Amino acid sequence: MQNANKSPSSRVPEQKTRFWHDPAKRALAFQILLVLVVVGFVGMIVQNTLNNLESRGITTGFDFLSQQAGFGITQTLIEYTESSSYGTTFVVGLLNTILVSVLGIIVATALGFLMGVARLSNNWLVAKVASAFVEVFRNIPLLLQIFFWYFAVLQALPSPRKSIELLDTFYLNVRGFYMPQPVPQEGFGLVWLALVIALIVSYLVIRWNAKRQDETGQRFPAYWTASGLIVGLPLLAFLVSGAPLEWDHPVLKGFNFRGGMTILPELAALWVALSIYTAAFIAEIVRSGIEAVSKGQTEAASALGLSQGKVLRLVVIPQAVRVIIPPLTSQYLNLIKNSSLATAIGYPDLVSVFAGTTLNQTGQAIEVIFMTMLVYLTLSLLVSAFMNWFNSRMALVER
Amino acid sequence: MKKLGLIAATAVMSVSVTGTAMASATLDAVKERGYVQCGVTTGVPGYSNPDDKGNWKGMDVDVCRGVAAATLGDADKVKYIPLNAKERFTALQSGEIDMLSRVTTWTLTRDSSLGLNFAGVTYYDGQGFMINKNLGVKSALELDGASLCIQSGTTTELNAADYFRANKMQFEPVVFDTADQTVKGFEAGRCDVLTSDQSQLYALRIKLAKPDSAMVLPEIISKEPLGPVVRQGDDGWFNIVKWSLFAMINAEEMGLTSGNIDSKMKNSSPALDRFVGKEGIKGSGLGLSDDWAYQIVKQVGSYGEAFDRNLGMGSPLKIERGLNALWNKGGLQYAPPIR
Ligand SMILES: N[C@@H](CCC(=O)N[C@@H](CS)C(=O)NCC(=O)O)C(=O)O
Repeated sequence: MQNANKSPSSRVPEQKTRFWHDPAKRALAFQILLVLVVVGFVGMIVQNTLNNLESRGITTGFDFLSQQAGFGITQTLIEYTESSSYGTTFVVGLLNTILVSVLGIIVATALGFLMGVARLSNNWLVAKVASAFVEVFRNIPLLLQIFFWYFAVLQALPSPRKSIELLDTFYLNVRGFYMPQPVPQEGFGLVWLALVIALIVSYLVIRWNAKRQDETGQRFPAYWTASGLIVGLPLLAFLVSGAPLEWDHPVLKGFNFRGGMTILPELAALWVALSIYTAAFIAEIVRSGIEAVSKGQTEAASALGLSQGKVLRLVVIPQAVRVIIPPLTSQYLNLIKNSSLATAIGYPDLVSVFAGTTLNQTGQAIEVIFMTMLVYLTLSLLVSAFMNWFNSRMALVER
Repeated sequence: MKKLGLIAATAVMSVSVTGTAMASATLDAVKERGYVQCGVTTGVPGYSNPDDKGNWKGMDVDVCRGVAAATLGDADKVKYIPLNAKERFTALQSGEIDMLSRVTTWTLTRDSSLGLNFAGVTYYDGQGFMINKNLGVKSALELDGASLCIQSGTTTELNAADYFRANKMQFEPVVFDTADQTVKGFEAGRCDVLTSDQSQLYALRIKLAKPDSAMVLPEIISKEPLGPVVRQGDDGWFNIVKWSLFAMINAEEMGLTSGNIDSKMKNSSPALDRFVGKEGIKGSGLGLSDDWAYQIVKQVGSYGEAFDRNLGMGSPLKIERGLNALWNKGGLQYAPPIR
């Protein structure tokens, strides 16, 4: 580098800087070295483990995934029989984990927002009820709450023969909540088509409205129109095509109800417990998010003559959401990971089915635990990625 | 010259006799620690269950006690580690316990791919069904559509699925982690049937609030030979556990009990002398003291005594000897000779 101002000819045989004197190259070398050491170390551990397992006569490898599982699972979202493979038990468990997580996230979010807003209410009773909710459910260990809902509440329900019935179509007993299952008949495709069209049209209407409002300031009840379309169009198609839908009703046969759809008490207990526990944390996040919006904003909005509801919807919430989303993401991740407590009450989630029964029947602890950890890692990364994307969208609407 | 040869031969012999004792890392560890670590259930009456003073009692517990008596000369030097069905093999593989004596069925998979060895059979069992009496079911073949409470990580899970499939029946498996939860689920009516090894059904029945409300169906749907398990790769320890159990069975066959062994020893007989370590290989093959078998019988008792006080007529379970009678009394219990 010192030669730069000399004549051009001297540039070629330039006095060579040794690469360890060049900070950039040196840094690169160290990084490569570090990566090699880490890779080597991990490789050594893997090799060592394999050797030890082999010398102790413990089978290794992933061959077991194609072997027949041979045990039953209560709730399967895909086709599963005792003759399916251990690989299928992985998918069944995974889907059950996803099911309870998604259901939990939906209810926890709704309930959490409600309670968070309620805590700030001017109504003394509402505010106190909301804070009692938060304090109680945030401070009791989740496992105890799951046991409470499962053993104390749901297992106190009557036997199938003495089920609580509603309108002769819904039945509630210690084995679950039974309801009719819709069975689409020939011609139901038209309804789906109508729904897709309604969704597309709604999207266009909402975009057109936003643009028009930007340009002219005029508003059009786009959301009402969209809701109307989404409900109305499929309904119309349904009636036009002659109501091609039948219901499969649950009937008591022998020991249990058969037919229809069931919500197992294990799912219900886990769902309720996860939702309420997480909602208590979300409520606090929402409250702090709203309180982070300065009072001046609310006052200014009110001064402009906006109604209470509009102040909240147009001024407070959009700003609060930006504060809320990052901690909300970690609550979602917690909920997904907490769902593995399922195994305590026998809900067939990934940990109970795959890292429980499958691990035990095959004895391949390392492979099974590795796959299970990978699932939780992947789910968490996916949720984080989605929430980051959502957050950046919310953050960018700033003008 | 001849004499010298004889001396040399005896020297070689005696070296090779002491040399037969396998070095056992587990035995060394147990001696150094001063107690045996034994994996048992979290509580199944008759097999392994703490009594009201917190002392572990049961058939599986007596096998652990036998091993402690043989190795340490004191049957009380055992630390019991309660494990549910899912935890048991990992606990053994990882060295958390020295032996597993926990109603564990001997199967091909477990024996051949988990790095474990089964040291014998303490109880020949088979899977059965327990059902609430007021359902009026008389046979397992009437169970189509029933909900079954099952413990996770057991052979029970697999047998139930096989049985219902073979008989073209449906069932709903409700799977719990521990015996207590399974019993609770059954009592709450979450399932119609509790299924497990039949002897454990009798045991769990006395845990019910109203034991008389439940009955065990006659069908046995599987073979469940239950026995103690050790890690593969320590043949010396494997031999010790195996022969501790054999000593208990042989003691019953020889009519020895903890009460009469001392008086019987006064009139020596070849078989008895070998048993108590006065003659023959004594304790050297196993690397134990010569009176190892005597200590087992004196402190723990024979197989028959252990059966009677834990599972049989001397216990609340009142289970018949059945398959578990000695081979010369119409059962399957048979131990190789001590000689
Ligand atoms: N023999 C079977 C089943 C053994 C088993 O775990 N039985 C249950 C009976 S419900 C038990 O003893 N549970 C006690 C516990 O988990 O502590 C096996 O080896 O898989």
